[in-house]
Amino acid sequence: MLDEADTLRSQVAAFLAAHDPATTERLEFLRARFDAGLAWVHYPAGLGGQGLPRSLQPVVDREFAAAEAPTNHPERNGIGLGMAAPTILAHGTPEQKERWLRPLWTGEEIWCQLFSEPGAGSDLAGLATRAVRDGDTWTANGQKVWTSSAHMARRGLLVARTDPDVPKHQGLTYFALDMKQPGVEVRPLRQITGEAEFNEVFITDAKIADADRIGEVGQGWTVSMSTLMNERVSIGGGAMPREGGMIASAARTWREHPEVRTPGLHDRILRLWADAEVARIAGSRLRQQLAAGEPGPEGSAAKLVFARLNQEISEFEVELAGGDGLLYDDWTMRRPQGANFFGRNPGFRFLRAKGNSIEGGTSEILRNVVAERVLGLPKEARVDTGPWKDLPR
Amino acid sequence: MSETTVGTQAGSAPLGPGVSGQAQPARTANLLYTETETELRAAVRGLLADKAPWRDVLARTETGQTYDGGLWHTLAAEVGCAGLLIPETLGGAGASYREAAVVAEELGRAVAQVPFLGSAVIATTALLAAGDTELLPQLASGALTASLTLPFAVGPRTRPETSVRLDAPQRGDGPGDYRLTGTITGLADALPADVLLVPVDSVPYGIYAARVSDPGVGKRPLVSLDMTRQLCEVRLEQVAARRIAAGPTAEQAIAAALLAGAGVVASEQLGVAEQCLDTTVAYVKERRQFARPVGGFQAIKHRLADLWVSVTQARAAARYAADWLAAGFGPETTLAVALAKAVCSDTALKAAQEMIQLHGGIGFTWEHPAHLYLKRAKADSIALGTADAHRASLDVLANLPGPAAG
Repeated sequence: MLDEADTLRSQVAAFLAAHDPATTERLEFLRARFDAGLAWVHYPAGLGGQGLPRSLQPVVDREFAAAEAPTNHPERNGIGLGMAAPTILAHGTPEQKERWLRPLWTGEEIWCQLFSEPGAGSDLAGLATRAVRDGDTWTANGQKVWTSSAHMARRGLLVARTDPDVPKHQGLTYFALDMKQPGVEVRPLRQITGEAEFNEVFITDAKIADADRIGEVGQGWTVSMSTLMNERVSIGGGAMPREGGMIASAARTWREHPEVRTPGLHDRILRLWADAEVARIAGSRLRQQLAAGEPGPEGSAAKLVFARLNQEISEFEVELAGGDGLLYDDWTMRRPQGANFFGRNPGFRFLRAKGNSIEGGTSEILRNVVAERVLGLPKEARVDTGPWKDLPR
Repeated sequence: MSETTVGTQAGSAPLGPGVSGQAQPARTANLLYTETETELRAAVRGLLADKAPWRDVLARTETGQTYDGGLWHTLAAEVGCAGLLIPETLGGAGASYREAAVVAEELGRAVAQVPFLGSAVIATTALLAAGDTELLPQLASGALTASLTLPFAVGPRTRPETSVRLDAPQRGDGPGDYRLTGTITGLADALPADVLLVPVDSVPYGIYAARVSDPGVGKRPLVSLDMTRQLCEVRLEQVAARRIAAGPTAEQAIAAALLAGAGVVASEQLGVAEQCLDTTVAYVKERRQFARPVGGFQAIKHRLADLWVSVTQARAAARYAADWLAAGFGPETTLAVALAKAVCSDTALKAAQEMIQLHGGIGFTWEHPAHLYLKRAKADSIALGTADAHRASLDVLANLPGPAAG
């Protein structure tokens, strides 16, 4: 491990010597970094990586950060980097990987995720957006919802129904949809915070080349599941310093405002701080398991805990604010650049946190997942096993 | 493996009173189980499955010998559990709190009736901190079992009050021949102890070692909530004793012992919680009502999923505490133990309570092991500082002070 880290450090040094971050054009620098296998070292050679353990990525990131090198602005392409890329890597053809991964990593192409529909939330496999094939081209029609970044995205991960005559999980196919075409209309979806992080996407006779299909026809469910597992890891499992999450501002307020302290609130902040810190440690443990090649099912736990804690802490924070808790910062409709769970004022955080137990799999669905896949408990009795077209909707 | 050191902590963060809680831990704890630890776990689990099935454990609670001397001898002498924390130069295994915590997990899973926590962790830590070289080799070999005579409910602190009276050596006595008189109650793992390490709140504060076999020592078993770890009262009447630590050394030894005890009992609680969860999951898969396994009902699935989530958090906290204990005693270790004891206390209790409820009627009977776990979980949640007491200590450790007094 040490040897590999040293090798990487010298590779980065050599790369920086050849591409001075101060004078090299940003995109040129990023493309070269990708081509040098220093983008994501755990990806295969030729696709921005070197097939190394994921745990070595921070070594590279630290070196580039120290050199003040341009970044690919990962915060602008969370879906692309966190979900699209692993899905393409796992299920894409060599040609697709070659074509999509580089512009994805450099941030030239933002990706979004076209999964949920007004009629298919938790029951994703029941979705109704149709894709019909004619030769080498598919034509898609339907409506998607809760699509973050759709207004900026070049491509969307689309799962659509390609065979209504078979049971719902079997009739799905996964595509990369070109978002910049006349058949794709993106409208902002305003949420309880006043802003619109998400969009509705109306798909009307949109065209998809068969070369942009990811996985086999009818395998859309399997491919979607690998995307969603990555989503849950990225929502609940990020590396965090102590007091790095929602607890940060609550603890700061507590320290700076002795006048708000009461015995009841004291008990609550001690509990919340302890739970947040333990969740952080559990996140470290999860990453250590991944790094050691022993991925466990704990990712689902992380997301459940993250949602509950964010809600409890933000609720506490509004109370801590006293009279100021009655105020809100701004109801103006805005288009933020990404999800911002910990920003703005306590009122915003309180409202935004309500989404944490819904987005990326509701807490109820996650409990089912844990119960059935981790604990091996019996599945619910199903009434939706027949052909999709015959199911009541 | 490194020798256990007390009072130092390599690279510890300056995280103390008045310092921002945002200070970061100075090292990355290893939160996984090593191969050695996994092997140790397998050995202990195998032995317990063979020698301490729950029916035997239950039956033993109603005999005059509530501790299993035979099992302890095997664990101590053959598996080497008694000497895990003791350096090899003193006949121990030279391992650390990480390994001790793994053993504690397994003992918790089996609600085993052995004085591992009291002797191999708490008393051993006190002796290590006191610089003892006489008793430790005998503890390591399993020849002797020791107990630090502080009530089990005492949480981490440096100078617990005791009511034991000390008579200094008289003319004609040997040079180290102190005499102890007093009664101490609520002691865990003291029933099978051969040696008592008695803290005495005198000037200076001291720890004195007395042999149970000497004249003047009496033990009275107490009817205890946790039937698998029977408490007792110890009476001392002019008992001959040797001073093993005094002043700051004694205070530090007691602080270390209580902190290590709380940290390791957190792992025991983790084992209790895991066993409760596993047993309950297995049961709801088998138990049929309304012509289907009750584990298929969402009301039950969600409760067990939540419990599993709690166990993942408890495991991370317990490992964090074990790893920091293995690194030494400093502020981050104190914080890690407080977190682990708080979270694992709540989780073990919740797991045992869910076990009873989700077993339905059978879980409420004497002839099912659930009550053994409920009693252990409740007792452990009070032992060595309640969850509330440990969370309260975060006011200083994490710089979250309470309302001003008055």
